[in-house]
Amino acid sequence: MAEAEPTAATDRELQTTANQIRRSVVEMLARAGSGHSAGPLGMAEILTVLFFRIMRHDPARPDWNERDVFYLSNGHTAPVLYATMAHSGYFPLAELGTLRRLGSRLQGHPERRLLPGLESTSGPLGSGLSQAAGFAYASQIIDRDRRRFVYVCMGDGELNEGNIWEAAMFAAKYRLGRLIGIVDRNYIQIDGSTEDVMPLDDLAAKWRAFGWHVQEVDGHDISALTGAIRHAQAVSQQPSVILAHTVPGKGVSFMEYDYTWHGKPPAPDEAQAALDSIDELERGLSS
Amino acid sequence: MTLTEQPPITDRQPLRAGFGRGLVAAGHADHRVVALCADLTESTMMTGFADAFPARFIEVGVAEQNLVTVASGMAHAGKIPFAASYAAFSPGRNWEQIKTTAALNDMPVKIVGAHAGINVGPDGATHQMLEDIALMRVMPNMVVVAPGDATEAEQATLAVARDPRPVYLRLARAATPLFLDAAPFVIGQARRLRDGSDVTLAGTGTLTYQLLVAADRLAELGIAADLVHFPTIKPLDDAALLESAARTRLVVTAEEGQRAGGFGGAVTEVLAAELPTRVLRIGIDDRYGESGEPDELLAHFGLTGDRIAEHVHEYITRAKGSK
Repeated sequence: MAEAEPTAATDRELQTTANQIRRSVVEMLARAGSGHSAGPLGMAEILTVLFFRIMRHDPARPDWNERDVFYLSNGHTAPVLYATMAHSGYFPLAELGTLRRLGSRLQGHPERRLLPGLESTSGPLGSGLSQAAGFAYASQIIDRDRRRFVYVCMGDGELNEGNIWEAAMFAAKYRLGRLIGIVDRNYIQIDGSTEDVMPLDDLAAKWRAFGWHVQEVDGHDISALTGAIRHAQAVSQQPSVILAHTVPGKGVSFMEYDYTWHGKPPAPDEAQAALDSIDELERGLSS
Repeated sequence: MTLTEQPPITDRQPLRAGFGRGLVAAGHADHRVVALCADLTESTMMTGFADAFPARFIEVGVAEQNLVTVASGMAHAGKIPFAASYAAFSPGRNWEQIKTTAALNDMPVKIVGAHAGINVGPDGATHQMLEDIALMRVMPNMVVVAPGDATEAEQATLAVARDPRPVYLRLARAATPLFLDAAPFVIGQARRLRDGSDVTLAGTGTLTYQLLVAADRLAELGIAADLVHFPTIKPLDDAALLESAARTRLVVTAEEGQRAGGFGGAVTEVLAAELPTRVLRIGIDDRYGESGEPDELLAHFGLTGDRIAEHVHEYITRAKGSK
């Protein structure tokens, strides 16, 4: 089905899409007055590549039973998922302005029952990888489906959760080659640096020891992300994880690398400066 | 609700044996049924399913959080997953995962809590799950089913497999009397086992059998008990409860679990709003269990039919005195 196939946008065009998504993230958070800024801004390229290039999906038929499936395990980064879905055509861009409002389909953390296209309810950390693994097991091993991939995004702070490593063992045991995890490796969590709060490195070695195929990539490089995901798709005998190194708050100069922006939105006056900063990033690409 | 004549008691079986048979039957009836276990396949009696449907049986290891979250993903992929462990660990250890990924997420995950109650016996307090009824019935979207014997557990498992909602199925370890017939199980429907107008005995799980014994003792004392079995704790059969309570105006509940927030709590909530009635709640009173044989423990905690009858008789005498 033509509309379900990935679009043929260039890397440059996708970079522009990612920056439009960033703008939407800033606008929604500023209007909502609460929510998380750093993670969503840092994940814009990852979600853009998945939704606009890699995944087989159809915004007009969110329950299409041959679609690839995307789990957002770090549910607090919901703004970037909502913005990506709206820019993909799942719902009108104007609805982004309802984030966190009473009666909105865009809850503070994603709620599957409210918004078609969401694959799961998430927020409490550590549960997305196992759900994705359960889906992959059902699809790959029981139904012997040879087309569908299951993608799951995780935060790096989230990897403190034991549930993640239970799922990591499970996916390796059953050789879930259709399961592809992407870790937003931005080195921050609420209380500070991930390496201060609860050290994760050597993170690649940890995943390898758990039986996963591991790649490390610049999480803002559209071409590199694409290549890593395509490579992961070709790994059939073990699950794959891509450690996507990102800059928290990417695109907004005064938020970048600052962990204090993990869990707060820009104030109204900061929002305009943030949008200007993103525009500057976009202009820099053109020059 | 009509009175159901039940078979004479000739044998004992653990509820989980009925569950094991029901699961195999459910697996034959619907190819979407899958079973997940956390290193307790034999004691949750999933072995029959694992042998019959090896491709649909998934061993997740000692990992109860993963157990239910993997099950949620499978449900999203169109499966009907039964995720079994001991109740002390599931929902004891993974309540939030059940809430977020099954109940709030509205996935038809079937949480099977084996070894609930004190009849776990010698393993002691850590393994005797007494808080699960309270924990699970406060969770929106969640159905809570506690069958009375192995025959009913088998039928309940089939009904749970057909139901589109997330369900908690509460099972027990010990072999308990078979006192119910093999009528098809209807979720949300109570069953009247004795007809009387002096007191309503409302039971859930295997303690309904103890109420049956108590009803016989009370009959010897001239007290006619209306015995109603509630194998579904949520949604509760309010109509059956209110109909009986309206005639007797005195209710006794019994459950093998904490009195606080449990089945008796659910009954009391309905009566308080609709038909204020005196309620005696029999269960474990704000304490943990301990090691012992199942029958010893029932006696120790005052949950045998004889002890319940004494307790109810005293209560009725006092209640009448204060009228």
